[in-house]
Amino acid sequence: MERGNYILRKVVFAIGTLVAVVIFNFFLFRILPGDPVKLLIHSPRMTREAQERIRTTFGLDKPIWFDGERLREGDVLGAFDSQFTVYLRNLLRGDFGVSFASRRDVSDMLSERIWRTVVLVLGGNIIAIVLGMALGLIAAWRRGTRLDAGILLWALFSWALPTFFLGIILLILFRGHLPVGGMVTPGLKPEDGLTYWLDVGKHLILPTITMAIVYTGEYILIMRSGVMEVLAEDYILTAKAKGLSTFRTLRDHALKNAMLPMVTMIALTFGYTVGGAIQVETVFSWPGIGRLMYEAVQKRDYPVLQGSFLLLAVSVIVANLLAEILYSVLDPRVKAE
Amino acid sequence: MQAVRQFFRSPMGVIGLVMLLLVVLVAVFAPWLAPYDPRERVQVTPDDILAPPDAEHWLGRDDAGKDVLSLLIYGARVSLIVGFTASFMSMVIGTTVGLTAGYYGGRIGNILMRFVDFLMVIPDLPLMLVIIAVMGRGLTNIILVIGLLGWTYTARLVRSQVLSVKERQFVLRAQAIGSSNTRIIMSHIFPQVLPLIIAQAVLDVSVAILAESSLAFLGLGDPTLISWGSMLNFAFERAISRQAWWFILPPGFAIVWVSLSLVLIGNTLDQIVNPRLRTHHLFDPRRMVALVVGGAVVPSYPMPDEE
Amino acid sequence: MTLLDVRNLSVDYLTDDGTALHAVEEVSFRLDEGRSLGLVGESGCGKTTIMLSLLRLLPEEGRIVHGQVLFEGQDLLQLSEAQMRGVRWHQMSMVFQGAMNALNPVRTIETQIVEALRLHEIVDSRSAARQRAGELLALVGIPPERGCQYPHQYSGGMRQRAVIAMALACNPHVLIADEPTTALDVMIQAQILELLQQLQSELHLSIVFVTHDLGLVAEVCDDVLVMYGGTAAEYADCDAIFNSPQHPYTQRLLQAFPDIEQPGATLSSIPGNPPRLDDLPPGCRFEPRCLRREEICATAPPPLIQVAPGHWAACHFVEARS
Repeated sequence: MERGNYILRKVVFAIGTLVAVVIFNFFLFRILPGDPVKLLIHSPRMTREAQERIRTTFGLDKPIWFDGERLREGDVLGAFDSQFTVYLRNLLRGDFGVSFASRRDVSDMLSERIWRTVVLVLGGNIIAIVLGMALGLIAAWRRGTRLDAGILLWALFSWALPTFFLGIILLILFRGHLPVGGMVTPGLKPEDGLTYWLDVGKHLILPTITMAIVYTGEYILIMRSGVMEVLAEDYILTAKAKGLSTFRTLRDHALKNAMLPMVTMIALTFGYTVGGAIQVETVFSWPGIGRLMYEAVQKRDYPVLQGSFLLLAVSVIVANLLAEILYSVLDPRVKAE
Repeated sequence: MQAVRQFFRSPMGVIGLVMLLLVVLVAVFAPWLAPYDPRERVQVTPDDILAPPDAEHWLGRDDAGKDVLSLLIYGARVSLIVGFTASFMSMVIGTTVGLTAGYYGGRIGNILMRFVDFLMVIPDLPLMLVIIAVMGRGLTNIILVIGLLGWTYTARLVRSQVLSVKERQFVLRAQAIGSSNTRIIMSHIFPQVLPLIIAQAVLDVSVAILAESSLAFLGLGDPTLISWGSMLNFAFERAISRQAWWFILPPGFAIVWVSLSLVLIGNTLDQIVNPRLRTHHLFDPRRMVALVVGGAVVPSYPMPDEE
Repeated sequence: MTLLDVRNLSVDYLTDDGTALHAVEEVSFRLDEGRSLGLVGESGCGKTTIMLSLLRLLPEEGRIVHGQVLFEGQDLLQLSEAQMRGVRWHQMSMVFQGAMNALNPVRTIETQIVEALRLHEIVDSRSAARQRAGELLALVGIPPERGCQYPHQYSGGMRQRAVIAMALACNPHVLIADEPTTALDVMIQAQILELLQQLQSELHLSIVFVTHDLGLVAEVCDDVLVMYGGTAAEYADCDAIFNSPQHPYTQRLLQAFPDIEQPGATLSSIPGNPPRLDDLPPGCRFEPRCLRREEICATAPPPLIQVAPGHWAACHFVEARS
């Protein structure tokens, strides 16, 4: 089955990418200059015992990749008893290490924050995609008119706008009218039920709008060029020759055909928007993974950085894979190549 | 050249170019334009911190008492340097990879493109953030990171263009007369690809500038240099509560100004280089029949049954 | 009965700076019921423009500036766009060149035929539409079960047949076939032609063949309009065109056709190029390449002169006979 082969290829590639990211992640943090132990041990006030404990837990007394000597002795299994294997083992167990700054398990910190970033990214993207597609379609259909020029200029402008700066402007404009910091007004707890969630929702408004505004431009540009390509195709002329009205031609022929390449482009852009989430969360103090990364950078909290990056990268890889699978379902022309 | 003429006929392109030239001039002539040297130590009194604009400091002062206008002017240098250097790097790497993958195809091509796909999937800002956090802050590192990660679009673009040019007659002829591969690539294929690369490179500069300012805003800029992004970093942390808009807004607007100018230029170039001369079938059809009203139409020859 | 009566059709194309290129000037022809007309000429002679003008499908820069397109007595150029939509496909339909591009690649063949059927309300229900689509496919020699497949799953010849089936969906009176056999290999070409002839006689269709292939014209067309540089060069029935061509261009065209009985003869061609639309000769458009040219040809456009009943040629040197 052609489509099955295609999907299989994509899954294999995604797994390969994951593996490469994991290896890269490990390697990156080992090239830090200086004694790795000194880096792991944030505070010099830590006792010798604690240092030793950390050394053993992270296997820092072991070689990084593998032990050449033991390999030559024929002890294959022992040769791979290295920092890398320890890292992999921990990873598979869900152990991302311990934060320097807060002493908490990184995996706990990540799991409590992940949904906050997901809500933000998804919310912003959905609005941006819907708006972007609608405006892009209109711009392409009305190519050359002032409406098209206006939409195009807006899209180019929002593309050129740094996400964080838009956040700052919105923050200045709306402070006092909408919550501009944090996730929830201090004092409210989840047990407060609806009040709590409504409050969270209010805090979510500005960050989501910031994301939406910035990325609508991106999607307008993609949709516009996609639709323009489609509207130049001969089957649109055939549709006209059949007597279809402009509206029906757009709906039944242009839209579906333009959407197909959009799916892949959306997937690519999605990864890009994760970077925007980091900026937005920083500006609005929205306590998601992005904000966590920002704080970790300030505090040189490497385990947190490492874990967050891995999580974000994995999410984007998975999202991409889903998008490609979706594409293969929608496009009947997909072949295994 | 015709392309140049076309460029200057587009208002968008010209405006973008003028905007960019202004910034370049400001950056080049910074020492003469800036009223103060931002690197000079100044004696400040507490009143000077985040002082609002006045006659001596048109844009007020920042959180260390320095003149914002001078900071702004000097900040142009970092943005432009990072932007053009990183973009140039991306251009070179991307073109090489694209040309190789497209022309030679086969295994090399596949492996290269897989690598490109791999890089494209990983989210850019988190990756750059993590690398800089580990490798340390500094101008070179920033340029390297942006340049070494930003070449993927160019590579894909070049490759697909090479694939289509490769099959054309003049390439096949050159191969038939025994030209070496390098010669074919350089004298036949590369000139066809160059316009696209240039259009993309311009957009890459704006991407690089935005990336640098994002990294600087997040605290990963070069601590020894003034950049608009780092100005915003300080502004965000210290000036917002004080409503010191003169410190907050100008660097941001400057970034928008530069990247918008590049985007306008890049978009215009893109339209020239990728001409969509193809028809667009859904237009208002009312003007199609432009008959002159009135007057009978006499057929050019009498029909048999009318004679 | 005359189905299609085109009178003095003139079409311009507007360039970026506003100048009008006269792509077609004062062209007239008729199509009678049950007959087929060949619209012949080189690339760029205006035949495609004429074809598109009939259904008002010109590109954005096209303008119909003069003439009438009388379809069963009604001038199509006077209709509103909404009325025109009712005429399209239902009364007059088209078979486009390059069927692969004319079909939407992500919709099934059946869906695209059904779309036409439902749009013009040829049938009442969706199931009746699917049924009819199957019948149409069978009519052109495609197994109806294959209707649920996509264009890329069909071979080139099958796609052309599918496009023909789609064009016949609403039982049009006139079918316009644009280069129906170009881009197909010779065996398939013959099959498609045969199919069209068969359909013509079975369904009592009138067909306009827009082509540059004289061989096709000789085989299937009853009447021929030879176009050159946007104007009509010669207009007659098929026999007259092939046996007694009057216009120098037609004569040269026929000469250029390789004669199977003289395999060793040098191929002749017409030196020079067709006129550029932005640089039209003030007189006869063929004058720069014509061997019989004289002074009057460069200054005055030749009128259409009747050289025999039903046979006209646009040349200064043909003898008028009534």
